[in-house]
Amino acid sequence: MTQLALVIDLNVCVGCHACVTSCKEWNTSGAAGFMSDDNPYDRDPTGTFFNRVQTFEVGEFPNTQTVHFPKSCLHCEDPPCVPVCPTGASYKRPEDGIVLVDYDKCIGCKYCSWACPYGVREIDEHQKVMKKCTLCVDRIYDTKLPTAERKPACVMACPTNARLYGDIHDPESVVSKAIRENAGYALMPEWGTQPANHYLPRRKTEMRIHEDELERADNPLKIDGRLPKPGIKDPSLDDVTSW
Amino acid sequence: MNPAFSVIFLTTLLGAGQGVFLALFVIEARAAAGLLTAPSVMFYWMGSAIALALLAAGLLASFLHLGHPERAWRAAAMWRTSWLSREVIVLPAFMVAVAGYGWAHWQGLPGTLWLGAAGAAICLGLFLCTAMIYACIKFLQEWATPLTLVNFVVLGCASGVTLATALAAVLDEAITGITGAWAIALTCTGLLTRAASLWRNARLKPRSSLQTAIGVKHPRIVQKAQGFMGGSFNTREFFHDRTPGALRAVKWVFLACAFVIPVLLLAAGLATAVPVLLALACAVQFGGLIAERWFFFAQANHPQNLYYQAVS
Ligand code: SF4
Ligand code: SF4
Repeated sequence: MTQLALVIDLNVCVGCHACVTSCKEWNTSGAAGFMSDDNPYDRDPTGTFFNRVQTFEVGEFPNTQTVHFPKSCLHCEDPPCVPVCPTGASYKRPEDGIVLVDYDKCIGCKYCSWACPYGVREIDEHQKVMKKCTLCVDRIYDTKLPTAERKPACVMACPTNARLYGDIHDPESVVSKAIRENAGYALMPEWGTQPANHYLPRRKTEMRIHEDELERADNPLKIDGRLPKPGIKDPSLDDVTSW
Repeated sequence: MNPAFSVIFLTTLLGAGQGVFLALFVIEARAAAGLLTAPSVMFYWMGSAIALALLAAGLLASFLHLGHPERAWRAAAMWRTSWLSREVIVLPAFMVAVAGYGWAHWQGLPGTLWLGAAGAAICLGLFLCTAMIYACIKFLQEWATPLTLVNFVVLGCASGVTLATALAAVLDEAITGITGAWAIALTCTGLLTRAASLWRNARLKPRSSLQTAIGVKHPRIVQKAQGFMGGSFNTREFFHDRTPGALRAVKWVFLACAFVIPVLLLAAGLATAVPVLLALACAVQFGGLIAERWFFFAQANHPQNLYYQAVS
């Protein structure tokens, strides 16, 4: 079974919102119709987004960390939003695990948004249907795109490569490896939703240098002595007079 | 949650309509058993008409909640998994049963008691569906309790029986005293069960925290930006933006108007045999239940709110 998902590396995300804008750009231009905005250039701008980047401060000054936290539908493996939908508009695709909304069936009752603990479903105030991340289902299978571009728009846009995309049920995929090797975790595990999207924690970036790395490893007999110091008058490379 | 008046009216109107119908059925059953004087045929069909009107008003309110009411028929599709879908099926079935019950009485047809029994069964099913819509969302911890179901049933029956009492008094029926006693008993029971849920919810420990929400195990985390400056659906749908003081005020108002004042008015109305007092009891109680339902929604604290704490 396939479960496509994003893995978001909080250690790398710089909070630039590039994923937010590219998500909006791609998804508002698609066949499913625009994602409406109100007062975009005015007071109290508001609109429909699939993806938001939030910022949290952890710790107390001066020992604080700023955590930029992108959040979109986590494509839960046991999505509480799906069984509650009375029309069947919300569904989880068996073939790749993407949770989708059929905009032609949705009656806009908002019940699914109540049943998602993560607050990632947003009603489109003009089309009056529920919207959420589609994992760019209209990109990732598009054979007209070069293979390298068959990824969600947010993943393509991220300048720091904080967003990984792949099948978390394939142990050899880049996302599975990232989760395994970097302690990837799920949000609000207490509700048993089993989010497919995972997050990689903040890590302390350290550079470990061992003793043997300070010496030339290819000089085991240490026959190189110190290089002779050139005389003060001798020409040197960074000295124009050497010409 | 930000209480939506469409849903507040939906649940309170349905509850009252169901209560009226159950009152009619229980009266008929007990009259058939010779336990009380049978009321007039007019009482039955007028009661059924009132119940039907309340249910229809509730149904109308539910349509106002939808973004696409013209597609509402689709909501019957997922009855295997969705309590909302089940309600969408059971409500019209119940309305048909109530209409049939009233019509059969009007026409003087036999077998009304059996029709009433079937209607009562559907009615209980409707209570179950309506309450489970809220009680089944486990992370809305204020709702995820059997007390939600108990309160929907008891408060619906209390308001319906109060209404039936007022109707009986207007029609000058002999059963006014007995239904009035039921109404008082149900309203007092409602006070107890609602107080029980208030007591429970005041002691709830939220299972989600900012720590589990973003997966950082540090005791001090503050949101600095929620990702946008203006509002969004997430800030409009899930926050009521009222002060805790306002919430407390609504709580005392509904405790007074849904329970205490109606009981006093019912007792006074029964003692003095003034139907206006009973009708007033009915109106005050319904207003109180609107406040009760508003509070029910406002008190529910959705875990998604953890993600929307600071504009920037
Ligand atoms: S994150 Fe929310 S909307 Fe997405 S699948 Fe999970 S419960 Fe459903
Ligand atoms: S808003 Fe649409 S998708 Fe959500 S539960 Fe209602 S019908 Fe289903």
